[in-house]
Amino acid sequence: MEYLEFELPIKELEEQLQKCQIIGKESEVDVTETCQQIEKKLAETKKDIYKNLTAWQRVQLSRHPNRPYTMDYINAICGDTFLELHGDRTVGDDKAMIGGLGKIGDQSYMFIGQQKGYNTKTRQYRNFGMANPEGYRKALRLMKSAEKFGIPVVCLIDTPGAYPGIEAEERGQGEAIARNILEMTRLKVPIIVVIIGEGASGGALGIGVGDKVLMLENTWYSVISPESCSSILWRSWEYKEQAAEALKLTAPDMKKLKLIDEIVREPLGGAHTNRKKTFETVKNKIASHYEVLQKLSPKELVNQRMDKYAAMGVFNG
Amino acid sequence: MTAWFKRKEKGIQTATEEKKDTPKGLWYKSPTGKIVESEDLAKNFYVSPEDDYHVRIGSKEYFEILFDDNTFKELDEKLTSKDPLKFVDTKAYSDRLKAAKAKTKLNDAVRTAIGKSMGKELVIACMDFSFIGGSMGSVVGEKIARAIDMAKKKKAPFLMISKSGGARMMEAALSLMQLAKTSAKLAQLAEAKIPYISLCTDPTTGGTTASYAMLGDINISEPGALIGFAGPRVVKDTTGKELPEGFQTSEFVQEHGFLDFITHRRDLKKKVNLYIDLIQNLPVRKEKELV
Repeated sequence: MEYLEFELPIKELEEQLQKCQIIGKESEVDVTETCQQIEKKLAETKKDIYKNLTAWQRVQLSRHPNRPYTMDYINAICGDTFLELHGDRTVGDDKAMIGGLGKIGDQSYMFIGQQKGYNTKTRQYRNFGMANPEGYRKALRLMKSAEKFGIPVVCLIDTPGAYPGIEAEERGQGEAIARNILEMTRLKVPIIVVIIGEGASGGALGIGVGDKVLMLENTWYSVISPESCSSILWRSWEYKEQAAEALKLTAPDMKKLKLIDEIVREPLGGAHTNRKKTFETVKNKIASHYEVLQKLSPKELVNQRMDKYAAMGVFNG
Repeated sequence: MTAWFKRKEKGIQTATEEKKDTPKGLWYKSPTGKIVESEDLAKNFYVSPEDDYHVRIGSKEYFEILFDDNTFKELDEKLTSKDPLKFVDTKAYSDRLKAAKAKTKLNDAVRTAIGKSMGKELVIACMDFSFIGGSMGSVVGEKIARAIDMAKKKKAPFLMISKSGGARMMEAALSLMQLAKTSAKLAQLAEAKIPYISLCTDPTTGGTTASYAMLGDINISEPGALIGFAGPRVVKDTTGKELPEGFQTSEFVQEHGFLDFITHRRDLKKKVNLYIDLIQNLPVRKEKELV
């Protein structure tokens, strides 16, 4: 397990607890009481830290190296029913954007999401979860295919942004995202979106228009990353904490602004501290939302979705 | 050697306050160094006559170029931005808004209007770069959405003139969702089979490119405009590569398949209306003599 800077007090206590337990095993000394005291302190410290997270700390948690990624969710949710589908049929197969069919119970779903890597090699292979236009076009191809057969779509979002590369520009990064957004507003099957990590701007929204948009508790979603915001508005990378606060990018803020529909609770300490529980929660959320959405006719579904997005925005007059 | 000028009187000096400056706005100097009189520039559709440099202009000038006799009805003029996030960076957003309004005499970064162009109704939404970099916030999204509703109601074609650095950071995710909002409205317009023309002008980047600017039945541009998703500096910094020549210019974007054509501003009105007539299978209108 890796620890973030603000988690160091927890690390210290966990190490103390471990030492205490070892002493208990190896010597005759009764350490039960000491261990209990440390455990109590550990529980208190955890609660204290995780219940009072700043916006920036949540951003850090959303990028925690042990955090589960899209494929982890899909494998846990669908088991061996998952069938990955590749390619945009024009340019290639984007490794930063994955997709395919899988079951929850008896119901098939089309899963789509950005994929990050686990080590230096796979991170490069996955382009750090930054999709090229091919990735967005592959996503759209899968969505249209799902629409054709009446299969609901589930999008899992975890991206630091769409890739700002030369070839990406040449192949129309803006157009690819724009096309997805437009087509998603009128797709005739239910779309359930879950932000599982980072939700950075157009790169996220390119697979992020949905009937239900859920955010895990320790994720962020905004128009720009706090670092880039700091560099543009403050002209320095040093103001990322302030930028994170100012952007109102946490799940509770986004819910308050009515830009997402629901916050999904994570285990204390973050999704990675109890993966199994996190996967189970997300799976149940998808199934229960589909249960409600499937009752709507395609027309009602699309109208409701369009009305939801048309109502977003705050202005005078 | 003979002097060209001879100072006859000694001690001729003009006090600073008495010195005469050339009045501002009389001349325009194009980036290539050509100097044009402002009046001539306006007559030439704000294009430098010698080198065809298309000067950045705003809604006032585009309306003048596109609407017959500069006659139009402005829509939702009174919509103004709020500061729902109480956003503060080095300056408060509310102060930025005040300053932008005072400086530009505009209410926000887009103006929308309906009027006749070559005798037929046309709805135009035109962005103003001078207002916080033409950034797209809630007001921009809402005005465009309502302009599209108007086009649908009047069965009039819709022309979107983009000129923007992207989403307005000071409205954070609210501005991001304007991409979805405007796209949903464009999907409805498409459903009603009303032509949508997207004109990408210098510059069209970020969130605008990732939504309405790239979603036209035709996407068109003017010569030499910057069009892209990520700005050139971001691309350079991220990839560490040298950018190819002409990267993200309208000519480059057309060459890669994302623009239908590039038009000189002088022909803009004619070409937009020609497309409208052709795509709707209507008789082609003749252009009146333009003053």
